[in-house]
Amino acid sequence: MSHFSKNQLAEEARKTLAELKKPLSPKQRLAIPAQEMPAQDPAVRRCNMQEVALGYTEEQAILEAERCLQCPTKPCVKGCPVGIDIPAFIGKIAEGDCKAAIGIIRESSLLPAVCGRVCPQESQCQEPCTVGKALKSIDKAVSIGRLERYVADWERENGLMQPPVVKTATGKKVGIIGSGPASITVAADVRREGHEVTVFEAFHRPGGVLLYGIPEFRLPKAIVDQEINSLKTMGVEIKTDFVIGRTRRLTDLLEKDGYDALFIGTGAGLPKFMNIEGENLVGVFSANEYLTRANLMKGYDDRAATPIFPSKKVAVLGGGNVAMDAARSAIRLGAEEVHLIYRRTEAEMPARVEEVAHAKEEGVIFHMLRNPKSILADERGWVCGMEVLKYELGEPDSSGRRRPIEVKGSEFQMDVDTVIVAIGNESNPLIRQTTPGLETSKWGTLIVDDTGKTSLDRVFAGGDIVLGAATVILAMGEGRRAAAAINKLLAEK
Amino acid sequence: MNRILFKKQLSDEVFQMRIEAPLIAQERRAGQFVIVQLNSHFGERIPLTIADADPVEGSITIIFQAVGRTTHLLAQKNVGDTVEHLVGPLGQPTHIEKFGRVICVGGGIGVAPLHPIAQAMKAAGNEVIIIMGARNKSLLILEDEMRKIADELIICTDDGSYGRKALVTAPLKEFCEADPKPALAVAIGPPVMMKFCAEATRPYGVHTMVSLNTIMVDGTGMCGGCRVTVGTETKFVCVDGPEFDGHLVDFDNMISRLKAYKPREDADHHRCHLEEEIKNKEKDER
Repeated sequence: MSHFSKNQLAEEARKTLAELKKPLSPKQRLAIPAQEMPAQDPAVRRCNMQEVALGYTEEQAILEAERCLQCPTKPCVKGCPVGIDIPAFIGKIAEGDCKAAIGIIRESSLLPAVCGRVCPQESQCQEPCTVGKALKSIDKAVSIGRLERYVADWERENGLMQPPVVKTATGKKVGIIGSGPASITVAADVRREGHEVTVFEAFHRPGGVLLYGIPEFRLPKAIVDQEINSLKTMGVEIKTDFVIGRTRRLTDLLEKDGYDALFIGTGAGLPKFMNIEGENLVGVFSANEYLTRANLMKGYDDRAATPIFPSKKVAVLGGGNVAMDAARSAIRLGAEEVHLIYRRTEAEMPARVEEVAHAKEEGVIFHMLRNPKSILADERGWVCGMEVLKYELGEPDSSGRRRPIEVKGSEFQMDVDTVIVAIGNESNPLIRQTTPGLETSKWGTLIVDDTGKTSLDRVFAGGDIVLGAATVILAMGEGRRAAAAINKLLAEK
Repeated sequence: MNRILFKKQLSDEVFQMRIEAPLIAQERRAGQFVIVQLNSHFGERIPLTIADADPVEGSITIIFQAVGRTTHLLAQKNVGDTVEHLVGPLGQPTHIEKFGRVICVGGGIGVAPLHPIAQAMKAAGNEVIIIMGARNKSLLILEDEMRKIADELIICTDDGSYGRKALVTAPLKEFCEADPKPALAVAIGPPVMMKFCAEATRPYGVHTMVSLNTIMVDGTGMCGGCRVTVGTETKFVCVDGPEFDGHLVDFDNMISRLKAYKPREDADHHRCHLEEEIKNKEKDER
């Protein structure tokens, strides 16, 4: 795949923009070339942790915005879990009014710089886009996410981020457990109403999965820190190193510490393993561990005390975004070969198309329809290989995807020294173990009603602890819903 | 927050500290641990057992051996300094009840986590026999504290410089053979010692609980780095443990997992000492 530099793309956009004759007809709009996201050269970026996607230039953003037909049906808005008025903000970008554009986004979304980067737009807002339909390709849909990122970055880089206005103090207290996307949303929405808000975070830094999970090269941590800072500016108190269920029980917060309502947003934090032989050998990691060492603990930096396992040949098991993040991190941490093993085909992979493409560009080697049978050890108990089985696709299963079936006798051996398991998470047991009466599903996720309320009075929940492993934007949507219910409850009290 | 209230060097490399931590002091129970991190940006997170707590003063006591990068730095801190991050209490508390005769075996620094467990076992009405072992006399810790709890205290040193010249497994085996047979053995210490304690009690069917100190990152179940093989299952030391049935733990696997970062740790350790030497030399030259 050829790589165009940011300058080349900018120059191209400048020319195209200069030639545009307004007013534009829908046909002319459809003829504007879809703007490619400038990115670091794959050969360069595989050796650094800096962000891969560099963001649109002004001309690119305006051009991309001009591609929007402003169609009256607005299917994109229905595709957005938080219902951002997408055509309206895109219209403002086309007019060159970034301030108005970001204002429109902020009416519905709290984390545009984050969502613009990590939302799966191709299966949400961009999926039903009229432009994409007209041009018969989802890849040709208006790049809503990139435009969202563009205005969010514009706002931040110009120092214009303004924390939401906080109403007069109500004297009510709300505790929020966890500090990932769902919790950040609840904290802001509840604080806005004038309630006192305390966020409890188990780690030493707030941000949850945005910090420990999503790598720097996909979501710079400075952006997360800024979102957290804006919560602090609003007067939200953040207590790090605080494990609810251990340092303090959830029930104590309600009964002894005077909290009027609680939100549990602790995420899906208990890694799943494959239950195959050799899984506890030295050199086998959950993606959570590998990514936490690399991201939160800064394993990529020589100054970090947290060590990263020295790998030469890495196998990553799984086909989701986390698997891509782990594989691409391993490349950057100096592995000579990184293999991605998935038991279905690329079409069934849950990872975003963009992440898959980036991983391939960076040299990750994909092995489809393969699954390990066992992990092999050397005489010291360290990983020295994997026994892998070939698979083929059978009839669709309950998820609608064709079921992978193993090909008997197809075992072969792969030489690897590191195995990273990225097949998902179960829900963390800490809170449910220490909170009597909190109802959970058979998967351990919390059961909530349609307002986000759990089986306990005044206790709400949202994000991955309710959904299982999902996305940042869905967590935000859940947070919005729970915050509305909390605000309603406190207003009535 | 997390101010060091008291510091004492117990032996060459072993330090005791009392740290201000009111919430942890209140909630902690025998068997639990904390995670310590000395620097928000580049520090590592390491688990340390809580050796004691004073809920009135609002403090916990930790005892640690300066073996790694973080424990070395921690050992250099003094009264009045703070520990940047202290999280806990983590892990499942020890299951305490009246069992009857309980043999508590502590090896080296393992006596520190054993102390609160022995204390709780005694308070629950058990007959508590304590076996403490170390390479030599100077490495023995908490003898007085343990003597206060024990119905009988046996000290073993590898070189015979104090107490019996034997490994802790020798008296343990004798107690297993004696009448009444112990209702429970609790063994905490270096992995090899726990492995051999479990082997010593196995033929007698004496239930043997061990407390594992594996490599951890978050300590709340999120990373799985601490996992061990117990029987046919994989368990997380941080949320399922740290205590497990010693007869079911795959110690060889655990021991090899503890060495995962050995080359890096050795290099760090070497650098630590080198830097210290350079500092001392500079001081001398001045």
